[in-house]
Amino acid sequence: MGSALEQNLRAITIADRLRAEGISRRGFLKFCASTASLMALSPAMVPAIARALENARRPSVIWLSFQECTGCTESLTRSHSPSIENLILEQVSLDYHHTLQAASGEAAELAREMAMQENQGKYLLVVDGSIPVKDGGVYSTIAGITNVDMLNEVAAGAAAIIAVGSCAAFGGIGHARPNPTGAMPVSEIVTDKPIVNVSGCPPIPTVITGVLAHFLTFNKLPELDELGRPLTFFGQSIHDRCYRRPFYDKGLFAESFDDEGARKGWCLYRLGCKGPATYNACATTKWNQGTSFPIEAGHPCLGCAEPDFWDMGSFYRALSIPTEDTTRTLVYGVGTGAVLGAAAAAMARSRKSKAKALHYKVSVSDLEESS
Amino acid sequence: MTSVEFLAWVRGPMFQIAVAIFVVGVVIRLIEIFALGRKADLSKPRGGETMPGIKTIVRRSIPDPGTFKRSPFTIVLGYLFHIGLFITILFFVPHIELFHDVLGLQWPGLPTPLVDAVAIISIFAMLAILANRLRNPVLRFLSNGEDYLVWAATLLPLVTGYFAFHRMLFPYQTMLGLHILSVEILLILFPFTKLMHFFTSFIARWYNGAAFGRRGVQS
Repeated sequence: MGSALEQNLRAITIADRLRAEGISRRGFLKFCASTASLMALSPAMVPAIARALENARRPSVIWLSFQECTGCTESLTRSHSPSIENLILEQVSLDYHHTLQAASGEAAELAREMAMQENQGKYLLVVDGSIPVKDGGVYSTIAGITNVDMLNEVAAGAAAIIAVGSCAAFGGIGHARPNPTGAMPVSEIVTDKPIVNVSGCPPIPTVITGVLAHFLTFNKLPELDELGRPLTFFGQSIHDRCYRRPFYDKGLFAESFDDEGARKGWCLYRLGCKGPATYNACATTKWNQGTSFPIEAGHPCLGCAEPDFWDMGSFYRALSIPTEDTTRTLVYGVGTGAVLGAAAAAMARSRKSKAKALHYKVSVSDLEESS
Repeated sequence: MTSVEFLAWVRGPMFQIAVAIFVVGVVIRLIEIFALGRKADLSKPRGGETMPGIKTIVRRSIPDPGTFKRSPFTIVLGYLFHIGLFITILFFVPHIELFHDVLGLQWPGLPTPLVDAVAIISIFAMLAILANRLRNPVLRFLSNGEDYLVWAATLLPLVTGYFAFHRMLFPYQTMLGLHILSVEILLILFPFTKLMHFFTSFIARWYNGAAFGRRGVQS
């Protein structure tokens, strides 16, 4: 670290790398154009993106993996065959990443500390996984350091944080009820740094490269929605861009995974599709190099890019169904109502009979006597 | 509270609270009504009770010519929105999913564009009903705060549902959440307001019909 080799590596720009990889300028500009259109930028921005990316030096990236399943890393590194998107990922100087780095043990931690010192205030921090805070954060530690301590330490010197995946963005499965480890998303622990949430379980690789390209081009983070997600990718719902949408509008639904409707590719709403309430780019960018996305493969959307999607009821029950057991409430309600109703009726009857008991007969002669 | 948390709350605990208040309230009121008790009628019956009771329920749902002439607006608009309300509640597929989950009963839904059209007709009928109520001095004199509250509580689920289906105004989670919340407000108000006529109108008609039937009055 800090050697002449490292200095040289840092001086390499994307343009150098493109030449080394034998990728044509035409191919590179095509990538810039598609990135611009993905991020809803004007075509006039394409040369600016190209210029910025060409001249961008390798920014230092520290990637912290906490309570996670490595699915996010798998998604980002393995789902695409070598491509220009990958080049963006390769272009960053990934100084610390559990799964991908060769170093282990103390050497690995040293790499993190050195990257922090050398790029104080400038490095990008990428986090995947939730952070357990219960019982002093003992439920997940790295090199004897709790996740929460490590996050606070590394975040302090970061230029910005990208929370990758629904765990880092919203707490994910660790945060699901009953949340035994007190898992929290990054945004609840670090409050004084710009944070981009790239949610999804896992998130779409193109979204990560898009956010990185935006950061490299404009030196700032993209516009975010109320949940801190880049609006350009999370601005529209799966349902709004779903190719099965016309069937929803017509009221044509698959009712089981093997009925005629399912075979005809009708809407999966009744099978539990959460697409109407899920904001992500799956329906447009798709997965596996644009091959398809879950709904296209015949499975309802789970809503994995939304907070607490594990606690939103069964994946296979329609969005209109309440998340708790309404039948039980109904039965108990009828029982309680019957008891209370009977009590109220008994009270009314007793008042009635008491009132009746107070009646006495009055004859005309009684009235004459009293007057 | 984010829109997602709001939706989770109205789909989760709030829905159960609303259903509990609705059921407990309705059952208490119905039992109170049925347990009021009537003096035993010792006179010799001149006719049956059951059939005249049922007949009256049906007959009083059909306006007689005189009433229709006097207040055609109330009758036409009232029918439009009541039928529209039943169609949108009972035959919109996402609603059927809800009934299936709660009651275990399922029936075929109507094509969504049809339900959509019916919803729009119902909304306009309800707006016209309010206009008629405000315009007609007698109706306005007879109306109190509760009437307007019940009108609003009935209209809101229709309007929010329409907006949610067409994905207008707010992000879908918020709009769907508002729609569910408006239904929950309706459920909570139900046992304590004139909305109880959903049950009591049939009870009252049956009672009237049965009482007359016993006295030999043709219904």
